[in-house]
Amino acid sequence: MGAPVATPPMPPPSGGFPRKPSKGLPQSASTWHLSDRIGLTICWALGLLFCAIAVAIVAYLFVQGIKYLRPEMLFTPATAGFSQGQTGGFSDAFFGTLIVATMGIAIALPVGVGVAVWLVEYGRPAALARVTESTIEAIAGIPSIVLALFGTVIFSSAALGFLSRTSEGVVFGRSFFGASAMLSLVALPLVVASTREGLSAIPQHVREASYAVGKTKIATTRRILLPAARPQVATGAMLGLGRIIGDTAIIVVLLGATQNFAPVEGAAFPFNYLRGAGTTLTNFVYEASPTGNLNQPEKAYAAAFVLLLMVLALNAAVDVVHRRARKVGTWSS
Amino acid sequence: MPSHNGNGATAPSGFSGARRSIGSPQFSIRRMEVDALSVSYATREAVKSVSLPIRQGEVLAMIGPSGCGKTTLLRSLNRLTELTRTARVSGRILLDDVDIGLIEPTLLRRRVTMVFQQPNPFPMSVFDNIAYVLREQGSRRQRRKTLEPKVHSALDRAGLFEEVKDNLDHPALRLSGGQQQRLCIARALAAEPEVLLLDEPCSALDPQSTQVIEDLIVNLRDDVAVVIVTHNLQQAYRIADHVAFMYLGDLVEYGAATTLFGSPREKRTQEYVSGAFG
Repeated sequence: MGAPVATPPMPPPSGGFPRKPSKGLPQSASTWHLSDRIGLTICWALGLLFCAIAVAIVAYLFVQGIKYLRPEMLFTPATAGFSQGQTGGFSDAFFGTLIVATMGIAIALPVGVGVAVWLVEYGRPAALARVTESTIEAIAGIPSIVLALFGTVIFSSAALGFLSRTSEGVVFGRSFFGASAMLSLVALPLVVASTREGLSAIPQHVREASYAVGKTKIATTRRILLPAARPQVATGAMLGLGRIIGDTAIIVVLLGATQNFAPVEGAAFPFNYLRGAGTTLTNFVYEASPTGNLNQPEKAYAAAFVLLLMVLALNAAVDVVHRRARKVGTWSS
Repeated sequence: MPSHNGNGATAPSGFSGARRSIGSPQFSIRRMEVDALSVSYATREAVKSVSLPIRQGEVLAMIGPSGCGKTTLLRSLNRLTELTRTARVSGRILLDDVDIGLIEPTLLRRRVTMVFQQPNPFPMSVFDNIAYVLREQGSRRQRRKTLEPKVHSALDRAGLFEEVKDNLDHPALRLSGGQQQRLCIARALAAEPEVLLLDEPCSALDPQSTQVIEDLIVNLRDDVAVVIVTHNLQQAYRIADHVAFMYLGDLVEYGAATTLFGSPREKRTQEYVSGAFG
């Protein structure tokens, strides 16, 4: 035994890694290798950059929105006019957004939850379950403009003429029904994924505990599993809603290039509106922006501000649901 | 410390530290009969032709090393094994002289209820955890008023009522681990079963909660036939009237707890209870 063996340097203590970036660089970082410190700095900078971008968007729209938004815009329909003072508001777009959001999620939520329950709790026949999974992933990846084109083909068919305006045997195809149906496909993958995640997180022994007091699989699903997965179901629904109210392509192609409701004459309320063409806030922002036909940027900002408020409200709702769920507690694994 | 009720026989050789906290049975009625039961998963035989009786008025403990088939045997008693697709069951199990294969599983599982290793209250209030058992499949119709007496009595039987009576609407998952497990016992008792199955109910609990639950089990044996699977030999010795020792799927020895721990017939039992292997 000759020269003493050199002791290797101590590895950086893993416990010292920063959990909350806001607390500044941890003491231990000063002992890190140079490459680690550079990496950490880059991560930090990127994080700050994204925060800055998000803050900039929200702040800018807040400022512009508060400057241009007048409450009466939400209740005055758009009209033709020469100046921005004469063209009214965007009430039809606002209510149009509410309509497609309600109808779209009304389809996507039950279907999505049903599919998720089947996939997680039954999953038989296995081959069909696998195909369903990939199909849903595929839908999630399809650009909504492609869904919109496909929707046009479907909803212009004679068999579905009762869902939109029909004149002299020609099916118009554009309607709240058609747009909402295709928009529900945009939300569906999010609802399915989130619900599956929630159901998979429930330990198997909880299901067995329900069976072990004589409950059927259906009763267990309805009374135990779905309530337990409620926060994730709600999250999926909120994310889906966000996608629906934010979609533009399907609205432009399948709802119509109008800025007003175009109810179908002779149909009973509310079907006259739902079968007719219409608009939403995204479509209005697009048309009112400098590239659009209306070119009234002040109202574009106002409408975009309303849209942003809706999305922020959805995010807040997700937070509330999760905070409530934490109060109920969960199983120790 | 365990409550002693007179017959705290001294611990047998090789088995120190445990004291019996259960007296001799006042009576015993045969409720279930396991007859040549075999269970296999795919190619592995988990339970090999086991026969034994299960009696009300007594606590039956099943002991043995991990993977010896004791939990599988327990789960066959209320047909929970059927949830495992690969499980194949042969032999007969009788409940009050009726083959359990002929009983509707949902009905059977209300007569033979089960408590699991991990406390698993449902994510609802304490009250609703019990009410869920009392209600019809999936229905939430029945009024709280009509269910209240039964909910209270179930909680009372599990020794939990006094602790939670002011918090019946609190989320059950906010109770302590020991309280959660007693709630699960209350839930299992609410169905008014004839047999209560406990699958290592104390393995996730601290010694104090374990003590409370052991006392509870001893008190329950006159109302229901109690079968408990346990890893803990001391526990089996403390609270069981009869003990079944299983090893590699075989029922090696079945007998009175004092006999099985004091003077076992089989060499493997002797080795296991003295700690030669585990």
